[in-house]
Amino acid sequence: MEESAIDERTLDANAVAGMLEEIFGTDMTVADSKCAGCGREAEMGTLLAYTSAPGVVLRCPVCNTVMVRMVATPRGTLVEARGLAYVRLTR
Amino acid sequence: MPVPFVTRGFQGKPRATGDAARRVPLSQYLTTDFPVLSAGPTPTTNLRLWSFTIEGLVREKISWSWTEFQKLPAQDFVVDISCVTKWTKLDTHWRGVSVDTLLEHVDLEPRGAFATAYCDGGYTTNIRLPDLVNGQAFVASQYEGAPLEAEHGGPARLVVPHLYFWKSAKWVRGLHITEKETPGFWESLGYHIRGDPWKEERYSGD
Amino acid sequence: MAITSAATHGKRSATAATDERRILDWQIATIAAIHTETPRVRTFTLRLPDWTTHRPGQHYDIRLTAADGYSVQRSYSIASAPEREGEIDLTVERVADGEVSPFLHDVAVVGDQIEVRGPIGGYFVWHSALEGPLLLIAGGSGIVPLMAMIRHRAAATRRPATRLLYSSRTLDDIIYADELRGLAARDDGLEVVHTLTRSQPAGWTGYGRRIDDQMLSDVRRPLGDAPRVFICGPTPLVEGAANGLVRIGVPAERIRTERFGPSGK
Repeated sequence: MEESAIDERTLDANAVAGMLEEIFGTDMTVADSKCAGCGREAEMGTLLAYTSAPGVVLRCPVCNTVMVRMVATPRGTLVEARGLAYVRLTR
Repeated sequence: MPVPFVTRGFQGKPRATGDAARRVPLSQYLTTDFPVLSAGPTPTTNLRLWSFTIEGLVREKISWSWTEFQKLPAQDFVVDISCVTKWTKLDTHWRGVSVDTLLEHVDLEPRGAFATAYCDGGYTTNIRLPDLVNGQAFVASQYEGAPLEAEHGGPARLVVPHLYFWKSAKWVRGLHITEKETPGFWESLGYHIRGDPWKEERYSGD
Repeated sequence: MAITSAATHGKRSATAATDERRILDWQIATIAAIHTETPRVRTFTLRLPDWTTHRPGQHYDIRLTAADGYSVQRSYSIASAPEREGEIDLTVERVADGEVSPFLHDVAVVGDQIEVRGPIGGYFVWHSALEGPLLLIAGGSGIVPLMAMIRHRAAATRRPATRLLYSSRTLDDIIYADELRGLAARDDGLEVVHTLTRSQPAGWTGYGRRIDDQMLSDVRRPLGDAPRVFICGPTPLVEGAANGLVRIGVPAERIRTERFGPSGK
């Protein structure tokens, strides 16, 4: 990814760890995940997070694929994760 | 439903008063900043490779290069803008090409009723054709007298000030005219299909 | 993608910071103390009715709610070691156009109640059962979660060789300066290396520039080929340091990063 594209507003999934735990019921930053775009396997804590939007977007740091989107509405939180080939939850 | 805990001394955001209040839609607050909201990295667009295209349900697709686009008749626009994240900014100054001007160059097929704006970086948003015409929308390349900065959507963005600002697609590269409305990036995940701030159409089902 | 989830109910257990399930609830903390670290940085000691042990590197979320229902939430790393029970320290930099930090700095006083939830986040953590050597790299307020690690290390029986590379704008911006000097003076394997990027005082013998590959190479040399690395701070610094370390041969899987948003300028 071009250096110019990484600006100071770009965070990582650690910044939304609380929201992820609220939704998924467990700490997701340590959950192994696989990018449906490029196949990269890594913990979700490494995903880049865009939090200043109308919703939260988690992207693959290698190929920029949108892996997870989350929108909190008055009628519940919508989650879309087509960019996640899998996520591994351990309890 | 439990009563939310109120934090002592926390005022939140100031609400508009007086004349300004009439110009601020429901539940919005006034800002003098211009917050940057993004769903991804800021694209870096090479102007030599930039183009703006109108395609889909048109008799013949048309594309303008950056040089050609700059030659189209442009206007100054002063508009109020409202973001669904609740800030409203009054009297923003833009320079750009009206969508009416752009549509003069194509023959819309009668079935064409909606447009999907598509952008560098992959963002999309859907807008009904009646919301794009009659001076209601433009493609802007200048903001406050200077070239539009990349973080605010430069080199060019769509501006549709009468709808929530997520419809004013940054880094716009074209309009795809369709018969059916195709929900865009945020409309497909809970946001309202049209997004009129004066009816507070924030989320689908509002 | 398929997820299965089993709901659990019941109170938070004392071992909630481990892999055991817990419900992440908001609780009302009381500000027990406010300490000024630097002109723009303060530490807030919060007494928690529902304190549970945390792992160094974790954070708490703070939520502020106005009378009209307007509410805003931000995350702040825990600065204190888990060895201190019943309360936590959150060190917060005042960001001029922020929503929560100006309130904490300008309005909140000792005795005020604040809604918090945590501890959160198991990725960017270190505790003494994990081996070292440790390379900690901080930019500005990114020192906070690393300080929890350093304080925990000081209280632990196993103390791996540790080097902290800490980038600040000026001498006055160094957070925990005295404490870091004191801990490094214990001669128990902790070394602190500062770089001041904007201005240096007369007689300064430390680094005086942005982190670059040469600096990374010099700082990590005593730690060997594959130290455990934690980098925290503004995104451009984190990206630059992580990429630099990979360029000089540190395995990418040994590097953990946490990006903070724009700092006060």
